Amino acid sequence: MKSPLTGRSTRRLTRHPALRRLFTGVAVAPLVLAAAACSSSSSTATSTAPSAAAGGSSSASSAVSSAAADPATFPVTVTAGNGQVTVPAAPKAIVSLAPSLTEMLYAIGAGPQVKAVDDQSNFPAEAPRTKLSGFKPNAEAIAGYAPDLVVLSGDTSGLVAALTKLKVPVLLLEAPKTIEDGYTEEVALGRATGHEAQARTAVDGTRKRIAAAVAAAPKDDRKRKVYHELDPTYYSVTSATFIGDLYRQFGLTNIADSSPKAAGGYPQLSAEFVVQAAPDLIVLADGRCCQQDPAAVAKRPAFATVPAVMGGRVVTVNDDIASRWGPRLADFAEQIAKTLGGAG
Amino acid sequence: MLAGGQRRRRGPALVGAGVLLLLVALAGVSIGAVPLPFGEVVGSLLRRIGVHGGTPLPATQDAILLEWRVPRVVLAALVGGTLALAGASYQGVFRNALADPYLLGAASGAGLGATVVIAWGPTQLGPLGTVPVAAFVGSLTGVGLAYALGAAASRHGGGGTATLLLAGIAVSSFLTAAQTLVQQTHTDDLRLIYSWILGRLGAAQWDDVTMALPYVVVSAVVMLLSGRALDVLAVGDDEATTLGVRPRRVRLVVLLAASLGTAAAVAVSGLIGFVGLVVPHVVRRLAGGSYRTVLPVSLVGGAAFMVAADLAARTLLAPAELPIGVVTAFVGAPFFAALLRSGSSS
Repeated sequence: MKSPLTGRSTRRLTRHPALRRLFTGVAVAPLVLAAAACSSSSSTATSTAPSAAAGGSSSASSAVSSAAADPATFPVTVTAGNGQVTVPAAPKAIVSLAPSLTEMLYAIGAGPQVKAVDDQSNFPAEAPRTKLSGFKPNAEAIAGYAPDLVVLSGDTSGLVAALTKLKVPVLLLEAPKTIEDGYTEEVALGRATGHEAQARTAVDGTRKRIAAAVAAAPKDDRKRKVYHELDPTYYSVTSATFIGDLYRQFGLTNIADSSPKAAGGYPQLSAEFVVQAAPDLIVLADGRCCQQDPAAVAKRPAFATVPAVMGGRVVTVNDDIASRWGPRLADFAEQIAKTLGGAG
Repeated sequence: MLAGGQRRRRGPALVGAGVLLLLVALAGVSIGAVPLPFGEVVGSLLRRIGVHGGTPLPATQDAILLEWRVPRVVLAALVGGTLALAGASYQGVFRNALADPYLLGAASGAGLGATVVIAWGPTQLGPLGTVPVAAFVGSLTGVGLAYALGAAASRHGGGGTATLLLAGIAVSSFLTAAQTLVQQTHTDDLRLIYSWILGRLGAAQWDDVTMALPYVVVSAVVMLLSGRALDVLAVGDDEATTLGVRPRRVRLVVLLAASLGTAAAVAVSGLIGFVGLVVPHVVRRLAGGSYRTVLPVSLVGGAAFMVAADLAARTLLAPAELPIGVVTAFVGAPFFAALLRSGSSS
């Protein structure tokens, strides 16, 4: 995409700030979509209202005993997105730069070993939130916490290389394409922190809760269709994401899957297509960011005839819970089951 | 001033651009993510203007056509026409071929306004939300700052349009930096901010059209009436003065009108690049350089270009969308390069 735009005759044009921003925006956009999908909104206090998702049992951290890390397993070698990583001893100063990974660390009993988490990690409340950024990570600021393990979900600024040079073990655990891949990440976190058994227990718990939610949802002979909304400009998710994978487990057809592969896992859909696709379930993951709710959707032009609107199956979900692949994914599953059941 | 040959080319150029606009608009309302039969589309449209006879579409498809597709095409035409017309006006005022409507901070100001509201403000007050309003205000503030800075610098001995241009670059860079700063401290809003910056015709509704229309009409009328004055300015300030045109006043009025139209366009569509730069140049190559020709033909041609670009944006990956700003730059830049090449060899 870049070569025709940076040819000699147009280079002067791209010096123009607005145009240059368009170009850099183009390059950044897919990354932003992926990254933003696992980010959170800091505007309201989620930490004080974790039960915003229906279905309760929100704090997974309290369900698992915070036993000390098992030192016998170290040194341990773990497979992560950045290859084989060896953790020499049980980490005592973990820095987490991703909200999903923070939630997992607390769910598997590694909370007491966490020294700092990034500015977006707003759950659980006891996580030591700092000004560290997972988007524009500052290697020096991170090194300032003298971490013996750093976990992050995206590496756009060479942080993995920088920390590896400082001999700090780094685990790169990116947004998974399936829920099972998310479980694999949680177990890897468990191995790296000395909580492998607890991680497996936690994963089994999440898996069982999701299976129960799927079983509790009313069955329908015809395949019902879902539209998952990330923002009011119709950005959505396909089945090639862990959120899409959850809908697949419910036996739902994801309308965003009609978009070609080239559009990526987080395509922007045409409004008219969403209407025509006639989804039976609309999930709004833009309640907090953009004040969207079932009433607002019903007021959109031509949406009144959409089955989900007519059947009362439009649901606002907690933006955070519906974008993180941590233990609270089960809360999200339970809310979907409830909405599907609510209107039959 | 207007040579006889020029005058003869204006009529055909306007008719040609008008026919092109009509064709792409018809394609724009008939083609989309949802296939609608052409005959019934025409039937539905005719029915809306009171002509019964053809077969209309079923209710849902009728709503898709009239509530989503038609306003989108109309808005694309408004935005494209305004940006191209404003671009031609800026080029006339600055006597600089590389001038475009975003030169004086209209885009960076709008970007900052939109980003601030997305980051801190409530976004859903009023029928359209607060983002377009903030972008509109930010855009005008950006241009105002640049103009004030340029005027102040001129009083200290600097001179004319070159100073204003530099002031615009300084203000743009500063506002862009501020916008980036806000954005980096609100990374959770990145997707919203980028989807605005890359252009947002995707959620266009009639409300957007009615919001932009008054400003667009006023600014377009003023710009279209300034064709002769800009032609006179092109020969130089001294000569213009002897011909009874006051350069400073002309510049101020045209810049005001162009900036108002640009602000309204940017508010409802985000930052769409290249239209304001490329379309006037294409028009100049095809229809001659007189502003009395370039301005009206740019208005109609820019509308046609944007409707076509938006059609590509929503059909190439259908039912997914491409950001409109990507399409205009991707098509516009190589096209512009080819045009420059063919021009320099002839």
